[in-house]
Amino acid sequence: MTENEGKVKLLGCWASPFSRRVEMALKRKGIPYEYLEEALPNKSPLLLELNPIHKKVPVLVHNDKILPESHLILEYIDQTWSNNPILPQDPYEKAMARFWAKFIDEQILTVGFRSLVKAEKGREVAIEEAREKFAFLEKEVTGKDFFGGKTIGFVDMVAGSIIPFCLARLWEGMRIDVIPEDEFPELNRWIKNLKDIESVRECIPHREKQIEHMMKVSERYKLA
Amino acid sequence: MNQEEQVQVLGLWGSPFSKRVEMVLKLKGIPYEYIEEDVYVQKSPRLLKLNPIHKKVPVLVHQGKSIAESLVIVEYIEDTWTTSYPMLPHDPYERSMARFWAKYADDKVMSTLWKACWGPESEREKMVEEAYDGLKYLEEELGDKQFFGGETIGLVDIAADFIAYWFGIAQEASGVMIMTAERFPKLQRWSQNFVRNNIIKEVLPPKEKLMALFKAQFGNNASNEA
Repeated sequence: MTENEGKVKLLGCWASPFSRRVEMALKRKGIPYEYLEEALPNKSPLLLELNPIHKKVPVLVHNDKILPESHLILEYIDQTWSNNPILPQDPYEKAMARFWAKFIDEQILTVGFRSLVKAEKGREVAIEEAREKFAFLEKEVTGKDFFGGKTIGFVDMVAGSIIPFCLARLWEGMRIDVIPEDEFPELNRWIKNLKDIESVRECIPHREKQIEHMMKVSERYKLA
Repeated sequence: MNQEEQVQVLGLWGSPFSKRVEMVLKLKGIPYEYIEEDVYVQKSPRLLKLNPIHKKVPVLVHQGKSIAESLVIVEYIEDTWTTSYPMLPHDPYERSMARFWAKYADDKVMSTLWKACWGPESEREKMVEEAYDGLKYLEEELGDKQFFGGETIGLVDIAADFIAYWFGIAQEASGVMIMTAERFPKLQRWSQNFVRNNIIKEVLPPKEKLMALFKAQFGNNASNEA
């Protein structure tokens, strides 16, 4: 018990889905923490000190242990505080959770944001490509309340920090509907379920603020 | 559940990703059936069924279930066969740091090394710079340990397999010299320890075959070097 006490600090950014998902986990497990906002894109001396290799948020500090990378932080939190488990116990289920989390961050974010914003082959093609990826998630969540089953888990936090808030608000700003309800009924149902969860709801960035932010980020990305 | 139930690995003879899975199975003494998938020629219906999302090897099949992505597979093996040859430390923080370095070697370092050898000419200088930086961090992390895992091979060593073996051959094939003994003495020592390990060396693909493959696929860039 004593090991789990002690100070938890989170260096994050209000608009970052990676940072928000860590907050979801901390809130879900009822872990008190001190939150430090990074005024990105400027990087504070503290961030550069805590994460010299990647220079990114989130970074978790637990007592004197420093940990970057949201997936690693989520797993660490889960192993250190055992209430309200985030990852399944079964090795296969755990492997699948890790697989989906990787897929979401690497593939869904890439097509849901990068490919869409650059739209090298045109917007319609980009949307179609995105829908092909989302179709896998639609299948995965079919018949379940959440990706984690009856309660939210690792994949819900990873997907939940990206799809309904970060990406949805980008799409709203671009005036497109990438996952319409008639084509993606299960995903849309999952999004509704998510919003009922307090630890998720508390981590949703302000809508207009985030739309504005996502449009700015996409402009920067287009010019890069 | 009977864990001795047949394990199958769908792999590719020359792939460092595929070999990671075989290395871990062999280190843990887990028997398995290996199935070669010549993904460059034709992706078999079996592969497409077992890994419909990425359509890639390696894929592990165990107890009727399939798992893709080499490091996800390695962690699955670790979680399932818990008594032999642990690949990760016990302590949650140490485990996280091992995963951090494994991801770093796999994600960042491997891709920059590859692009430094064979990426577009315009990007190559930048990739060489990044490759040096990446290797420097790994050199520092390794320190005086025999392996990244300490006295035995661990997750990070497995994730860095490309750096230990494939990259040396890639350097020879492309003529781009980045990881030299002078610049990275610790990594050099480590890579020799790794490839000479009795179990690892059984798994590694033959050097001549890899050299021929690299030269055929990417040509020789030596003439382009300034």
